[in-house]
Amino acid sequence: MNRFLLPLSIFVVVVGFLAVGLTLNPREIPSPLVGKSAPDFSLPQLHDQGKVFSSNELTGKVWLLNFWASWCSGCKTEHPVLMQLAQSGEVPIYGMDYKDQREEALAWLRRWGNPYPVTAVDESGRVGINYGVYGVPETYVIDKQGVIRYKQIGPLDDDVVAKKILPLVKELQAK
Amino acid sequence: MIPEIGQFALILALCVAIVQGSLPIYGAAVGNSALMSMAKPAARGQFLLVLIAFCCLGYAFAVKDFSVLYVAATSNSQLPLHYRLAAIWGAHEGSLLLWTFILTVWMFAVTLFSAHLPETMRARILGVMGLVSMGFLLFMLSVSNPFERLIPAAADGRDLNPLLQDPGMVMHPPMLYMGYVGFSVAFAFAIAALLGGNLDAAWARWSRPWTTVAWCFLTVGIALGSGWAYYELGWGGWWFWDPVENASFMPWLAGTALIHSLAVTDKRGGFKVWTVLLAIMAFSLSLLGTFLVRSGVLTSVHAFATDPKRGLFILAFLAVVIGGSLLLYAWRAPRVGLGGGFDLVSRESMLLANNVLLIAALGSVLLGTLYPLFLDALDLGKISVGPPYFDAVFAPLMTPALFLMGIGPLAQWKKANLPELAMRLRWAFGVSLVTALALPFVLGKWTPLLSLGLLLAIWIVTTAAINLRERLAHVDGSSLAGRLAAVPRSYWGMLLAHCGIAVFVVGVTMVKGFETEQDVRMNVGETATIGGYTFRFDGAQDIMGPNYTAARGTFHVSRDGRDATVMYPEKRRYPVQNQIMTEAAIDSGLLRDLYVSLGEPLEDGAWSVRLYYKPFVDWIWGGCLIMALGGVLAVSDRRYRLAWRREEPAVPAATQTAGRKVA
Repeated sequence: MNRFLLPLSIFVVVVGFLAVGLTLNPREIPSPLVGKSAPDFSLPQLHDQGKVFSSNELTGKVWLLNFWASWCSGCKTEHPVLMQLAQSGEVPIYGMDYKDQREEALAWLRRWGNPYPVTAVDESGRVGINYGVYGVPETYVIDKQGVIRYKQIGPLDDDVVAKKILPLVKELQAK
Repeated sequence: MIPEIGQFALILALCVAIVQGSLPIYGAAVGNSALMSMAKPAARGQFLLVLIAFCCLGYAFAVKDFSVLYVAATSNSQLPLHYRLAAIWGAHEGSLLLWTFILTVWMFAVTLFSAHLPETMRARILGVMGLVSMGFLLFMLSVSNPFERLIPAAADGRDLNPLLQDPGMVMHPPMLYMGYVGFSVAFAFAIAALLGGNLDAAWARWSRPWTTVAWCFLTVGIALGSGWAYYELGWGGWWFWDPVENASFMPWLAGTALIHSLAVTDKRGGFKVWTVLLAIMAFSLSLLGTFLVRSGVLTSVHAFATDPKRGLFILAFLAVVIGGSLLLYAWRAPRVGLGGGFDLVSRESMLLANNVLLIAALGSVLLGTLYPLFLDALDLGKISVGPPYFDAVFAPLMTPALFLMGIGPLAQWKKANLPELAMRLRWAFGVSLVTALALPFVLGKWTPLLSLGLLLAIWIVTTAAINLRERLAHVDGSSLAGRLAAVPRSYWGMLLAHCGIAVFVVGVTMVKGFETEQDVRMNVGETATIGGYTFRFDGAQDIMGPNYTAARGTFHVSRDGRDATVMYPEKRRYPVQNQIMTEAAIDSGLLRDLYVSLGEPLEDGAWSVRLYYKPFVDWIWGGCLIMALGGVLAVSDRRYRLAWRREEPAVPAATQTAGRKVA
């Protein structure tokens, strides 16, 4: 090969990668748990401490698991989106109150509204560790077999719900 | 009205750029001097038009015209005037305008200092620069218009990112862009030479001062950015190997290689093909840097405003400009003859080694910067490449380069004698080795890296001293002052720039070796000691700034019981964007910096506080400034001034002498 063409060939390869790179989002962090079974848990419920909420009750259903806390400002940001999604009835959202005070969590839900049919209390953050939570809020889409299909790090917004969550939920429900 | 004038000026500038980028190049190809002579007025006209646009945007910022979208997005009525003006380049659209403006400044400079160039050469150079500016004007007018209106106007602006509200913002981007864009001149010279098929020593001689000036600006720009990060980000670091830092560093490495390679082409006629490739690379990497910063393909602290659509435009532009010039290179370069031969030990071979090492370093930085992108594109997972990689590959490549820096300038061209070189340098080597081994013990700690760093720094300085002594011995003249004056400035420039590297190396070595830091919780009245200095925390008060509120801590610093200084670090809150900024307090000195930054407020007026003792840290930036000063000295050399004057059209001798006296 002509050695004078070498710089051009290297450049062509780099441009190819840059072009592909433009279509990718470098801020998207993959979860090693996507495609794996959601870790099981059995935790006391927020509204009724005596009752236990356990993940295998939901086998056969497509559901969202939303980690939140009353101290987290991102949770306030995504809260209206969750309320709207809950009202649409497309998919149930189960809450996981993460490293929080029970009274403050209850007050928070009374004040802003409660999108969750049931909220579990992960006071120690142990379940959060099993799920690999980076920080609240985080939301998982879990299918009928209890496999995690999607993970959202940070607040949900209308765009993500319309373009990612709802299509995925419909596809999983149809299976 | 004023923003519309700016917009209109940009459209006119685009029209002029289209003319400038086509007719003169065509004229040079067919030998039509009427077409060629259009290049100069077109370049000057374009400069004037972009200047008008730039002033219009500046005016919109000055009068707080929030009906201009860009002004509303990057400033605020509370923002002080100097930051409102700096906000011109506070985000994407304005940065591009600055880029284009600086490109036209360089074009204007070429029209001023090209009287000695043949008409065809000048037409081609300005034509190539016109094509580059055409791309940027099109980009601005199509997808990033800084004059876009916001109707109805915003009541107030969204404010400049508080991170950018700093004196660094006023100086760092213009300097950096002067460097980035300045390489477009060397690039245009190289493309013009390839087009004309006359890659000769004259071409190299003409390119040299332009390249050096651009390199000086880039050096200062990078140093300013590094200094800014040091005091603004509050981590006390000075270089993070962040993709955007790398994007400015890669053209610097290529430019440094280019300066040395140009010297060989100028003096010996060698390395021609290689020099052309370096000139293309230096500017290509500047464009790549712009792409990386503006497209959002990589995550970075600098990725303030990113947009993939714009990324696509820049990528296409990149492909055309760089791909086109590399194609031209592949087509024309094989016909360029080789320069004179040289021995394995000669100044040429040492400069070649310097080039190879610099380019290897450049390649490893490029690889590390793009590696996460490569893996992601191949779906092999997401990773980030951090300082451990860069430190591990960079230091081993630079060590031999710095060592050769001591020998190269002393070796003869074409063929040098190794035993004789060793004889001349034996004292320098002995002194460096002994000092480097002993000095760390005196300072209280010995590590191999500490000794290596000091060895290289002392080696560079001692060899420079030997070099100067030998040089003076060969110069005629009786008095020392007379002989010193007879040494050309370009030679002083080289020595000074090399010593700048030595100063830089001392800074890096000492900071790495001896810096200490402490994270402490401090109650009011409590003390902490670091690096022999005792810090007493006297509490924090709330203060009001022009567009922020802050908690300001007071620290009384003493050494050996005597008061040294009082430091006031701040934690600022900017309400418009609701951002918290850490404003570290730094007490700078020749031999050490003290650095205090406030962490979080704790109960009862206590704060978490971070204290640093950083020996010799200012030498890092001092070294860069000395390097740039060396470049300036080299450019002011007599031979360039003579070259410009000699080929000026005939002027009566009397007026010429008079002119020189005034100058």
